[in-house]
Amino acid sequence: MKSGSNLEKVLEGGHFAVTAEVGPSKGTSAKVVQRKGELLKTYCDAMNVTDNQTAIVRMSSWSGCILLREIGIDPVMQMVVRDRNRIAIQSDILGAVALGIRNVLCLSGDHQRFGNHPTTKGVYDIDSIQLVQTLKKMRDEKKFICGEDISGEVPLYIGAVETPFADPIEYRVKRLAKKVKAGADFIQTQAVFDVAKFIKWMEIVRDEGLDKQVHILAGVIPIKSVGMARYMRDNVSGISVPDDIVTRMEEAKVAKDEGVKIALEIIEQLKEMNSIHGIHIMAVAWEDIVPVIVERAGLLPRPIL
Amino acid sequence: MIVGEQKPFEEIWEMIKGFRKVLVFGCNTCVAICHAGGGKEAEILASLIRMKAVQEGIGMEVKHAAIERHCEPEFFDPMMEDVKTNDVVLSTACGVGVNFLAERIGDIPVFPGINTQFFGAVPKAGIFVELCAGCGDCILHLTGGICPVARCAKSLMNGPCGGTNKGKCEISRDVDCAWYLIVERMKKLGTIEKLYEIQPLRNWSTATYGGPRRVILEHIKDIEEQL
Repeated sequence: MKSGSNLEKVLEGGHFAVTAEVGPSKGTSAKVVQRKGELLKTYCDAMNVTDNQTAIVRMSSWSGCILLREIGIDPVMQMVVRDRNRIAIQSDILGAVALGIRNVLCLSGDHQRFGNHPTTKGVYDIDSIQLVQTLKKMRDEKKFICGEDISGEVPLYIGAVETPFADPIEYRVKRLAKKVKAGADFIQTQAVFDVAKFIKWMEIVRDEGLDKQVHILAGVIPIKSVGMARYMRDNVSGISVPDDIVTRMEEAKVAKDEGVKIALEIIEQLKEMNSIHGIHIMAVAWEDIVPVIVERAGLLPRPIL
Repeated sequence: MIVGEQKPFEEIWEMIKGFRKVLVFGCNTCVAICHAGGGKEAEILASLIRMKAVQEGIGMEVKHAAIERHCEPEFFDPMMEDVKTNDVVLSTACGVGVNFLAERIGDIPVFPGINTQFFGAVPKAGIFVELCAGCGDCILHLTGGICPVARCAKSLMNGPCGGTNKGKCEISRDVDCAWYLIVERMKKLGTIEKLYEIQPLRNWSTATYGGPRRVILEHIKDIEEQL
């Protein structure tokens, strides 16, 4: 075991993993994260805590992770390279490990221009692939980037993300290979709506032998409304929402029910793909639906390891 | 070349309105090409200031001048005595020129008339684009001649990130994704395999993050000292 985290045990044990996402609040109350944690606790194996997603200031990811740990949840600390230089990154990792955080997901982060402080200075000292590399070095060699020794173990389960549908498509798999080479243990993908396209992408991943080297969890976003479907289709980079999904949402009597149905159909197809080792549910502002989806997808009970 | 844009007139006026003898001092190299601060622009700006002073009922003597370059002493040394007869110099040179003049002019303030932007090229008349960040550690041989430090909004070394969208950057549909361009160019050059290697962490100390930079050519410096 590299980290001994629950997520690692589930994936290495060959189970189909379920992870969910929690966005911390724009405030000081611990209750938001705790409430979402309690709600989803028995429905997933680990929970990601986002790191100032869309460059909007929120409670820090590591503190959200601690709040989840306190109620018995295995947290995945998301870490973006937008806001920290290599000194802060390594320092935060030491602290996170000391506090019991074992899973870290490495991301570039949405550009600061999108957020609520668009005039800030982005850091981008290192990129997300170099972050993966850094964490692997810290864990396996017990060394900082500079080569100096770290005192103590750095048990980490290292995650990275992948956007299968972003341009240039044929290069994406090569870039995934770079993440694997850098040391990623697991991958959480951007949301999958176009399963046919995703299957084709996974074929290339398999041809490269990457599915044998890393656990790939496919992203799932339950669609709450027609507007959300259209917005994602037209505006969100790296998400490919086929028109027939938008049409189904438009024609549905109860949009939310149709959104759940679509999510379940996608999960069903993902489960059939041997090279997919789990799903990552990102129910943005709709966390309540996660238990429903996990239960109806036949993914209960979650393994206790 | 160095690209700049003239500051809003109101901002300029706020800087200089308390002075009586004003010199608007242009530079005829880079900032003249981008129509921000050459002799012509300095002249127009001086006229605008005169008109504003009349409107406001302020007695102000506004002159204008320009030299070829503000970044080498021999160009403005011959003018220095004249320049020093003013209460303030509004320089429309780039920031380098403002700093360089301020170091030499004694107690007279030098204010910036333009916002210095970037090192750029002119793909079409009237359009200026940033292509180099002057980071001090060039890797263009690894990226098909397209700079990810200057042209990727996140300065990624192993891009593109998930924000790339139909060849455009997530920050704007008007901005090309540098990494999309790099991948396409490397494919054409037949060197795409180079991108399969992980680019290591950068040494940013060669960029401005390592403190103010300077380059010393010992052989030339020594000759100058002997003379």
